[in-house]
Amino acid sequence: MQRSFIAKNPSILIFLALLALFTLGVTVLSEGFGIGVISTSFVKTLGKTLCLCLIAVAMDLIWGFTGILSLGHFAFFGLGGYMIGMWLMYERTRMIVVDSLSQSEIPATQSEIVDAIGNQIFGVVGSSEFPLIWIFADSLFLQLLMVVLVPGLLALVFGWLAFRSRVTGVYLSILTQAMTLALALYLFQNDSGLRGNNGLSGLQNLPGVTASQDAVSMWFLWASAFALGAGYLLAAWVVSGKFGSVIKGIRDNEARVRFLGYSVEAYKLTVFTLTACIAAIAGALYYPQAGIINPAEIAPIASIYLAVWVAIGGRGRLYGAVIGAALVSLLSSWFTGGQAPDIPLGVYTIKWVDWWLVLLGLSFVLVTLFAPKGMGGLIDLWTDRRSPDRHGADLGPDAGALREQEAEQ
Amino acid sequence: MKQLLLAALAVLLVCFSATAQETSIQPVLQEHQETILKSSRKTIGPAIDAIAASGLPQAQAVLEAWANKEMWSRESDGQFFKGEEAEDKQVRLIDFDTGDVVGAIAKSDLKQLKPNSGIRAMISTALVRFQLMDPDPAKRQDALTSIQRDPEASLLEPLRASFESETDPVLLAQKQRLERLLTIGYDTDTSARITAIDDMSGDLGVDLRATLNPLVATTRAVAPEAVPEGINVAKILSPGEDDFTEAQAYDMLVAKGLAPPRIPDDAIRNALADNISGGRVAGFPLAILDNDENRRAAYIRLAEEGLAPPFVTEEQIQASLGQHVFFDSYADRSPEVTEAAVAALRKIDTKVGLNQSLDLVLDALSLASIYFLAAIGLAITFGVMGVINMAHGEFIMMGAYTGYVVQQIIPDHTISIIVAIPLAFAVTFAAGVAMERLVIRWLYSRPLETLLATFGISIALQQLAKNIFGTQARPLTSPGWLDGALVMNDVVSISYIRIAIFVLALIFLGVFLFIMKRTRLGLETRAVTQNPRMAASMGINPGRVNMLTFGLGSGIAGVAGVAIGLYAKVTSELGSDYIVQSFMTVVVGGVGNIWGTLLGATMIGFLQKGIEWLNPSNTLAAQTYMIVFIIIFIQFRPRGIIALKGRAAGD
Repeated sequence: MQRSFIAKNPSILIFLALLALFTLGVTVLSEGFGIGVISTSFVKTLGKTLCLCLIAVAMDLIWGFTGILSLGHFAFFGLGGYMIGMWLMYERTRMIVVDSLSQSEIPATQSEIVDAIGNQIFGVVGSSEFPLIWIFADSLFLQLLMVVLVPGLLALVFGWLAFRSRVTGVYLSILTQAMTLALALYLFQNDSGLRGNNGLSGLQNLPGVTASQDAVSMWFLWASAFALGAGYLLAAWVVSGKFGSVIKGIRDNEARVRFLGYSVEAYKLTVFTLTACIAAIAGALYYPQAGIINPAEIAPIASIYLAVWVAIGGRGRLYGAVIGAALVSLLSSWFTGGQAPDIPLGVYTIKWVDWWLVLLGLSFVLVTLFAPKGMGGLIDLWTDRRSPDRHGADLGPDAGALREQEAEQ
Repeated sequence: MKQLLLAALAVLLVCFSATAQETSIQPVLQEHQETILKSSRKTIGPAIDAIAASGLPQAQAVLEAWANKEMWSRESDGQFFKGEEAEDKQVRLIDFDTGDVVGAIAKSDLKQLKPNSGIRAMISTALVRFQLMDPDPAKRQDALTSIQRDPEASLLEPLRASFESETDPVLLAQKQRLERLLTIGYDTDTSARITAIDDMSGDLGVDLRATLNPLVATTRAVAPEAVPEGINVAKILSPGEDDFTEAQAYDMLVAKGLAPPRIPDDAIRNALADNISGGRVAGFPLAILDNDENRRAAYIRLAEEGLAPPFVTEEQIQASLGQHVFFDSYADRSPEVTEAAVAALRKIDTKVGLNQSLDLVLDALSLASIYFLAAIGLAITFGVMGVINMAHGEFIMMGAYTGYVVQQIIPDHTISIIVAIPLAFAVTFAAGVAMERLVIRWLYSRPLETLLATFGISIALQQLAKNIFGTQARPLTSPGWLDGALVMNDVVSISYIRIAIFVLALIFLGVFLFIMKRTRLGLETRAVTQNPRMAASMGINPGRVNMLTFGLGSGIAGVAGVAIGLYAKVTSELGSDYIVQSFMTVVVGGVGNIWGTLLGATMIGFLQKGIEWLNPSNTLAAQTYMIVFIIIFIQFRPRGIIALKGRAAGD
């Protein structure tokens, strides 16, 4: 009899339980619904971290399981944010404009309202016309659809082009990096239609919602937690079945999978597009909590940090990605936020604001060299699961294959 | 015209006086005594012209003295002298004709002539004709420069007259060129102007274009029904065509007072708002005024009641547009001249266009050599060894900072650059070897991990540089002999520093080829890259070879850093600005082949400059389109322009 995939992967239940416990804990301690131990800004940080965990899960799916090191997933994350940001900004500006126009004696015409919104939104880039890409901005439903469709379509086209011409390995990484760089540079222009380097702002205010930020931040935390749980479940389901076996096969030896008759390109494209959509959803939840999105967010460095999180957390296991993203991003904001105490060394004082990146970079090198399993490896130690010692013999034939640590999964 | 008549008159007058007394200038001065003493800008013209045209050698001295406020008039008899102030409020008078001292006289008996700035300008214009024939070439050059700066019709004759006596061929050429330009601008004879335009057409000088452009500049005007007589019309315009919209045309009519102003939407709105009474405007309830049609209807009724200016309908606008003729006209009255000027400018434009493309090619070439410099180290570490080194950009940065530090110690720029280049090589070579030994060696079989580990090093190095040198840009000053530019004509020029970078790129190419093809290290490197085990069994130590090769690639990146630092500012982000382009260059060119890298750099450089030329205001868009182009290019040649074949391709 086939066991259900949850029974095969008890870690899913543990993860979901921990996530639920965490959410409940934050709710109880929050300012909005609980006793007020955790400040609203920290609730927002936690909510954003959950979104980063979600995109880390997507990254793990594409890198840890399919073996494609994409250095461009933050492009999809950012696009998702832009798509939801367009509606938030349009709707909020519309309400303000309608409100202010209703003060005048003569009722405003439709075109007056649209012109005034355009002036409000695009005044900073010296324009007042609505570009074509804002055509759906007045409809929440369509714009929510765009959150998934636009990044999904970009991933589909880009992936199709890249995989079709059999660009693999580091070439693909560089190509994805070029893609996100191109997108960021494009958005930096004032006439890109998305307000150039000003980006979209004021996204934390939900139009038509009168509740305080304390409550809104909790809503977003719940939504993020739910999305992370659902995304985790989806990713776990994808990798546990036959589909999962094929993509792991592609990771370990692409040629062999192809010779077995699988359409490698289709599998890769599916995973690439799926993860792009997950990343976009994560972005759509992230930026309303951050309040502002600008093209710097999708610069190539962001996507590389994503790879750093997953690598430190431990790729090839979904909870590893979550742990890595949560830990490194929280530590990062702790160190760069100036909260970490300085270390006086007599002649020189180590300020963590300056030295955190050095520490991160070096620890990243060390993790790659000495703990390729990442922090997920610690859980192996705890569950007393050891890789068989093969005295250096290959388990997989491909140089890039993850060998020993995969043997048991 | 008036000026010329006056000048002719003056010449006639002078002729009489000159025959009467050939050698003295005093009679000329006396003749114009009144005007000279009156010193009014409006009337002084004939006096200056008379002096200048007297043909006497003293004229120049008189004018110079006058302009320098050294001319005095003796009150007793009205004679003019050059005066030098002496002690006891006395002035020593010098005769203009003989140069002898006449004697010293008390200031109170004299009147000093103090020409105002307007008169001084006229005097200096008159002086130019003397300066044009001055024995001192520097003075002649000055005169030419002043004519160039401030051309005038009256200077044409003296300029022509000065050809004969000119001995310096360079100055003569300058004079002739200037004469042609002045002829185009100021000659009274139309055919002479056209001949001058024809003579000069095809010349690239900015001065020629500056002369021709005012001739072809047009002003837009409107007239009822037909174009007035005597206007040199460039083009009759019809509203709604050729970038001349009906709105612009109507605005012109309104500005000229030929039509009532259009009532814009917000004026309608304001008029309606001003006339609200009891929740209604002109009988229309307020609630239905939320669209343009109802508002217009209400406004028209308001206008009918005389409460607002009448509404101008689209038909009225069309009718008034139809009643007027719109045209562009030239300032110059002569159609032949403007036609010739337009033709000449068109010819010049073609030539300028050709030269601009040459300039663009040079620009692209220098950009390509910068990309090549940035990528050549990568061509070794990534192209030959297959190691992804994301810290390559930081090696470039280290080289640039080494150059900066050396310049702090050695102030002489030439020596410091000569010292900095080997030092930068040494520093980055050492860094590269250390990195290979400590990190990359353990990751040879895992390329993706190499990418990540070197990226970790990259962010650590970048932050370290920030901590040491701060975030502001540090200057790396190039030696003085690299300043300036090689100017071919007014359109094409290239700065020496770009030439130097180009030369450096060629040297690097040579060095790379020499090392790879002609040395033991190159042979061993190629062997180890193709098959490390086989190479090892031939007695090559692969570890050592890898280490040295990686060090070499890093060292070259360091030297490239010094060159790039001279061209751009040195910041901690210097390297990361180039890293994606560098990888692109290597990937587009074809991994493992230096010629491929060269072609890749050339292609990317030309592409970027080409796109920038199409859309000059937007370098960001240029980069975006370039990357998109590269992504598409990789579709067709996934292994780059020059793909390795057979065993060398590895796999």
